Amino acid sequence: MFPSRFDYKSPTSLEEAISLLSAHEDAKVLAGGQSLIPMMKLRFAAPAMLVDINNIPGLDQHGAQSDGSYRIGALVRHADLEKSKTLGDHQPTIAAAAPLVADPIVRTRGTFVGSVCHADPQGDWASCMVALDGSIVAQGPNGRRTIAVDEFVAGPFQTVLAADEIAVEAIIPPASGTRKGGYLKLERRVGDFATAGVALSLEMSGSTVAKAGIGLTGVGSATISATEAAAALVGSSLDDATVDAAAEAAAAATSPRSDHRGSADYKRHIVATFVRRLLAQHQPAEAKVA
Amino acid sequence: MTLFEEVPVTTTDEIPVRRVEMRVNGETRAANIEPRLLLAHLLRNGLQLTGTHTGCDTTNCGACTVLFDGQPVKSCTVFAVQADGHDITTVEGLATASELHPIQEGFKDEHGLQCGFCTPGMMLSAKALLDENPNPTEDDVRWALSGNLCRCTGYQNIVKAVLWAAEKLRHDAPADAPADDGGEA
Repeated sequence: MFPSRFDYKSPTSLEEAISLLSAHEDAKVLAGGQSLIPMMKLRFAAPAMLVDINNIPGLDQHGAQSDGSYRIGALVRHADLEKSKTLGDHQPTIAAAAPLVADPIVRTRGTFVGSVCHADPQGDWASCMVALDGSIVAQGPNGRRTIAVDEFVAGPFQTVLAADEIAVEAIIPPASGTRKGGYLKLERRVGDFATAGVALSLEMSGSTVAKAGIGLTGVGSATISATEAAAALVGSSLDDATVDAAAEAAAAATSPRSDHRGSADYKRHIVATFVRRLLAQHQPAEAKVA
Repeated sequence: MTLFEEVPVTTTDEIPVRRVEMRVNGETRAANIEPRLLLAHLLRNGLQLTGTHTGCDTTNCGACTVLFDGQPVKSCTVFAVQADGHDITTVEGLATASELHPIQEGFKDEHGLQCGFCTPGMMLSAKALLDENPNPTEDDVRWALSGNLCRCTGYQNIVKAVLWAAEKLRHDAPADAPADDGGEA
């Protein structure tokens, strides 16, 4: 399959890339290309120009900042996160999800930020971003703005990025306590979209939950933030009754469709089970006995 | 002049063309291409390196896997123009004129293929793994190959082939292995 004809630019600075986007109608940013190129081959997308940002230095870094936030540049590949030796100490939710995104070959090329910009309701990273209260930094001709992920994603495959803006990095805000979390995904085979996925973020003050976030993948027409389930956890020490309440609230927040990946009931059941499994990893020893 | 001769028409559509230069299997190759040409097509149709197979053409199967600066990529999902200035390794780059690469030997010895269509992609994913981790477990091998589909073998002999190659490569490697290396065998 061949995409429609397009012109191609590979700028070496963000400023140059943004002026190309400003000057050309229907130009699109190319980062990892692991969603965009298949869509172009299927002619779901036919941009007149691709602005390839792969030759712009400085976008391939990720790490904890002095203010406690964690930044992921626009050219950080899924495999960079998967292979990172330090990511898990700072961002256990992202570290758990990285090896479950797509397949190993796609992960060497595809990027975290690009995946969030693709805004596929079945994407794994959006659930992590929702659970972690993440934001995207967009740079345009008039400078940078920071957009919370729930505002950033405007609908399936749609974001609020302007035509002349580039998503340059993702920011995970500092934790108010010890950060814990994880990601579980049920997939029929490696590389398939999630039948269901759950991202959990906990900020612990001792054995008490100070803040919680739960993002759900593949169980609705958009990424779901299970706010009631997360609220049920706050102030608790993850006793069994609280865990049960959160699991049920998360399942109730879903609106899955029955399809070839499973029935709606099955997907709801998986969500509740995954919430329990993720929370069980962080229950204090005495709570687990009950 | 024959009875029919096609003449060029003037067109207002300008066809974008880029000159690219890349190292393919260690050799510098250059071409004028349209940006929409996929790397798989440049390799197969342009450079006649038909060892790279296109299977699904939809980023699912991994048959078209090549190494891009040493990392496995699906060449049906990278534009050839993006390879400008980069290093590409295809299955043709594994063997020397006289000798198979240990990974190829492994596939031969362990009967790691039946129809052979997925094999080039499998071998390049295996190469990327062994370059990074010379001593993989069976789980490591299965994980590294999980983006490459095979519809014949059931994978068992492919995994054996890669483990065979890992052992051969460790054995062939210059004497950097301390004596305790033998204990695990």
